[in-house]
Amino acid sequence: MSPMMGSKPLLFVLFFQLCVSLLPTAVAISPASGDGYTINGRVKIPQGLGVKGFVSSGKISNVKVMLNGGQNITFLRPDGYFSFHNVPAGTHLIEVAAIGHFFSPVRVDVSARNPGKVQAALTENRKGLSELVLEPLREEQYYEIREPFSIMSVVKSPMGLMMGFMLVVVFLMPKLVENMDPEEMRRAQEEMRNQAVPSLANFLPGAGRS
Amino acid sequence: MAAAVRFFILLLLFLSSLNPILSLYEDQVGLVDWHQQYIGKVKHAVFHTQKTGRKRVVVSTEENVVASLDLRHGEIFWRHVLGTKDAIDGIDIALGKYVITLSSGGSILRAWNLPDGQMVWESSLQGPKDSKTLLLVEKSSKVDKDNMVIVLGRGCLHGVSSVDGEILWKKEFDTQSLKIQQVIQPPGSDFIYVVGFSSSSLFEVYQINAKNGEELQHETAAFTGDFSQELSLVSSETLVALDAARSSLVTISLQSGKISFQQAYISHLVEGSSGPAVMLPSPVTGIFAVKINAVTVFIKVTGEGKLEVVDKTEHTTIISDALPFTEGQQAFALVQHEGNKIHLIMKLADNWGSDLLKETIEMDQQRGLVHKVFVNNYIRTDRSHGFRVLVVMEDHSLLLLQQGAVVWSREESLASIVDITTSELPLEKQGVSVAKVEHNLFEWLKGHWLKLKGTLMLASPEDVAAIQKIRLKSSEKSKMTRDHNGFRKLLIVLTRAGKLFALHTGDGRIVWSLLLPLLRYSENCQHPMGVNLYQWQVPHHHAMDENPSVLVVGKCGQSSDALGVLSFVDTYTGKVLRSFGLDHSVAQVVPLPSTDSTEQRLHLIIDADKHAHLYPKTPEAVGIFQSELSNIYGYSIEADNGIIKGHALKSKCVGKEADEYCFGTRELWSVVFPSESEKIIATVTRRPNEVVHTQAKVIVDQDVMYKYISRNLLFVATVAPKASGEIGSATPEESWLIVYLIDTVTGRILHRMSHHGSQGPVHAVFSENWVVYHYFNLRAHRYEMSVIEIYDQSRAENKDVWKLVLGKHNLTSPISSYSRPEVVTKSQSYFFTHSVKAMAVTLTAKGITSKQLLIGTIGDQVLALDKRFLDPRRTVNPTQAEKEEGIIPLTDSLPIIPQSYVTHALKVEGLRGIITVPAKLESTTLVFAHGVDLFFTQLAPSRTYDSLTEDFSYALLLLTIIALVAAIFVTWVLSERKDLQEKWR
Repeated sequence: MSPMMGSKPLLFVLFFQLCVSLLPTAVAISPASGDGYTINGRVKIPQGLGVKGFVSSGKISNVKVMLNGGQNITFLRPDGYFSFHNVPAGTHLIEVAAIGHFFSPVRVDVSARNPGKVQAALTENRKGLSELVLEPLREEQYYEIREPFSIMSVVKSPMGLMMGFMLVVVFLMPKLVENMDPEEMRRAQEEMRNQAVPSLANFLPGAGRS
Repeated sequence: MAAAVRFFILLLLFLSSLNPILSLYEDQVGLVDWHQQYIGKVKHAVFHTQKTGRKRVVVSTEENVVASLDLRHGEIFWRHVLGTKDAIDGIDIALGKYVITLSSGGSILRAWNLPDGQMVWESSLQGPKDSKTLLLVEKSSKVDKDNMVIVLGRGCLHGVSSVDGEILWKKEFDTQSLKIQQVIQPPGSDFIYVVGFSSSSLFEVYQINAKNGEELQHETAAFTGDFSQELSLVSSETLVALDAARSSLVTISLQSGKISFQQAYISHLVEGSSGPAVMLPSPVTGIFAVKINAVTVFIKVTGEGKLEVVDKTEHTTIISDALPFTEGQQAFALVQHEGNKIHLIMKLADNWGSDLLKETIEMDQQRGLVHKVFVNNYIRTDRSHGFRVLVVMEDHSLLLLQQGAVVWSREESLASIVDITTSELPLEKQGVSVAKVEHNLFEWLKGHWLKLKGTLMLASPEDVAAIQKIRLKSSEKSKMTRDHNGFRKLLIVLTRAGKLFALHTGDGRIVWSLLLPLLRYSENCQHPMGVNLYQWQVPHHHAMDENPSVLVVGKCGQSSDALGVLSFVDTYTGKVLRSFGLDHSVAQVVPLPSTDSTEQRLHLIIDADKHAHLYPKTPEAVGIFQSELSNIYGYSIEADNGIIKGHALKSKCVGKEADEYCFGTRELWSVVFPSESEKIIATVTRRPNEVVHTQAKVIVDQDVMYKYISRNLLFVATVAPKASGEIGSATPEESWLIVYLIDTVTGRILHRMSHHGSQGPVHAVFSENWVVYHYFNLRAHRYEMSVIEIYDQSRAENKDVWKLVLGKHNLTSPISSYSRPEVVTKSQSYFFTHSVKAMAVTLTAKGITSKQLLIGTIGDQVLALDKRFLDPRRTVNPTQAEKEEGIIPLTDSLPIIPQSYVTHALKVEGLRGIITVPAKLESTTLVFAHGVDLFFTQLAPSRTYDSLTEDFSYALLLLTIIALVAAIFVTWVLSERKDLQEKWR
């Protein structure tokens, strides 16, 4: 079991009860005809939200609705409605596959005792649904978006940083050297002369002192 | 200063790690990946060419696809893949704008909008029993009339409105045992005939009002003999049936509902014929066809039920459906084979003697026989009639023939891949110059200049297009030679049609294809099927002049004792090197680690009687094998009985087929699962070619854990028998999932864990020392993924440096399955949103690169998920040290990051499997996902740390260097001048 479930069982139970008590009867399940029930629902994809990056924005002919991990697959009518026929009583899982949209799977209880009653809840966030209207939780953007050209992006790139560092050394260091005490400068120069091999450290003001 | 440097380096590291792992810019699509769309073997086809505008053909296929194809080029306008159990029984076009499909054994009727494929309506048809299914769309000339769809399904007849799918009437038949054979609507009438047999000799006819389903008349007539249940409709009031002995034809006429029989012996009709006859579907009114042995006989029914033979042919003949021709005439097509040519003959129904059209078309030998023919006509500009013929071949390919030539073809065999292996490409030969392929320097620079403009976002739209063109056509990736990085390979693919393809990984083109002769129908191999593909010979020593080859294993039929067939195919030329049928069955094929002197890999084929047969059958191979004999262990899984058995090999075979290449097996151990509480639903082992870089795993505080790495571990998942069905069929209380890790040499169970309230389907991957599996948790009603990692405790003491120095460690002690393993396992579970269709793990050349799981979701996408998310050492609040190690804080569900879909905005419709192949470059792995569609891409789970990316801008590097040189020069001049000034002062 996942540790999360283990640590908060009480909360979960309370939450679940809340969900159940909030759920009114709805129209999603019609009584048995033949040897099962029919689950009716609707998929709503907000129009106009289509971000560029996927082709089928708002096109519902490519949306599939799946029951119990692909046991039954159905498609949407032009108005977004779908139905599953001959579903036995029990707890089922409905998933929606639509490129560009993230849908939470939905848990649907089909009750044999009181037909016509539906309990549906999103499994991702345990939100109860009063009727079986499925909406995407979020848009899915499959591509990175190229940042428009900016000075900052060049400066932030490794190469830009290197250049920047170089510039700092080239232009700022002489200024520091200029601002140094003449006496200290002389001492440093003497030290430099004393050392046979000049090294980078000698140019630095801090190193000279230590 | 030191602090500053460190800060700088840290900043650099931070910036370089900022980019999210694995993500793609939209303009990078198609650079390393390719996607191909297929539909599968066509079952039915309906043309839609009446109106001006797009000419299309609507097809349904064996992959449960309904698709609309462009008749001009064969491209897909739209396509829908129905569920796996939703097989399509019939399609037709109603009202000139809806495609009607009947599926699921006649219980689901759907209408699709013809131009865009949007589903318009869906109706569920119910009935008491399974029956023959028929779809009949009223073809009314009146436009305003509501054309009805009459459906026979589940033993009932339904009248459905084609406008909105409303079921207008339903007719159940009184006779329980009635087997309906045909539903006939005489043209221009308001009633339909329903004919069938209610017993072997009882023939029944119902006359039903097509408007309201009212029964007008019901007639029953008993025939003196028995019927064979085969019936052919000759005209709207005449049927021909075969009797049970298949030796005589019975003409049944329904004159105004009255039934009359007339019997005629085939031997009287056709001289010199013997053997049972088979009815072929009647092409046109008045004529039907019977196949006797290999001879096809066309018989005409004249008035009063008289039969008359019109033609007889010994060629394999395929007959098309009737095509309404001018003024109530009907035409049809015949296709006959002759060598590698096919003859296409068009005939008119009432004029058998003359042909409307006779064409001979040269056919590719690798396409086999013609299986189905669909015809359509059009009026040419000179007002003569032309014909389009859609042909489905034995290799599942779909061709459009027009004016004696193939207009387009689709390799639909690739929609049903059975097995995949890879082969290296030939080495670059000395003579071929690289320079020829490379652009000259100027073009190279120009390309990079354009790229630089692109990265700096300074490019104009034309430039962007030019960049994209340069990148996509890069001739480098589709060359037919091996590359340094190992990106270019051949994917050898075996399909259900028995056809072998070699696909180039660079652009997905078919390099060669081969219809395997041994996987075709023959007298002693009636239902051949390809099973597996293995790399047979991979030359290293003589790689320049020897070609690699693959082994194709097939069997003759579904049953476990069906005889096997072997074919060896050269992967460069696509030619069969040799092939032969076996005298034993094929239950399991085990590629052995050793090869013989010609680098042929030894393979053991285990048959149904548990005998092991060694291939290649050479004395040398036996010699090599004999020395390894005592180290070879095997196991078998009997999922139905819930038993897993371990086997060892014996030196000799007992029984009749004893030869020196046959070895007996003896049972070593068995694990029996109680059948009342456990049922095996999934088993998985490590990939045999997986490379593990190191056994040690360094964790926090320089501590070490040793992975338990064994090639002989088997992961087994069992569920409660009650919960082995679909989700929703069991309650949490009566379902459980138990997983085992079993050592297949000793049969020892190393680990056992149970998940209460969980059920299958289970998808699992096993890699290194861990297993990840996906299952359904009924209590939370969500999918879960769990990880088990297994560590070796016996080596845990080796951490002490002094022991290592003094030699008191056990690192050099041999690893044996027989030594008692001291293992610890760690496990953790997480929620996962989607259902899973397939799961795989990335595979790299040396196993250094971190792993990613590739998850094929129910939406037919492939998601890459870092193994770091499935680490049992994740905690809610990791310590600073753990964070540095890269442990992610624990969350209850696994994240789904849209950018990490490797298929990006594409779908691999009908996804069935994912395979991964290591490239030579350690960072990169090649991924191939197949289903109805094919998708290939390269993945770098830890980014391409060992090579420059495609995006690397050489021009920018060059510019920087030039700028630096210039700056040095300028500053030098400046400093010289300053020095001079100093000296003057």
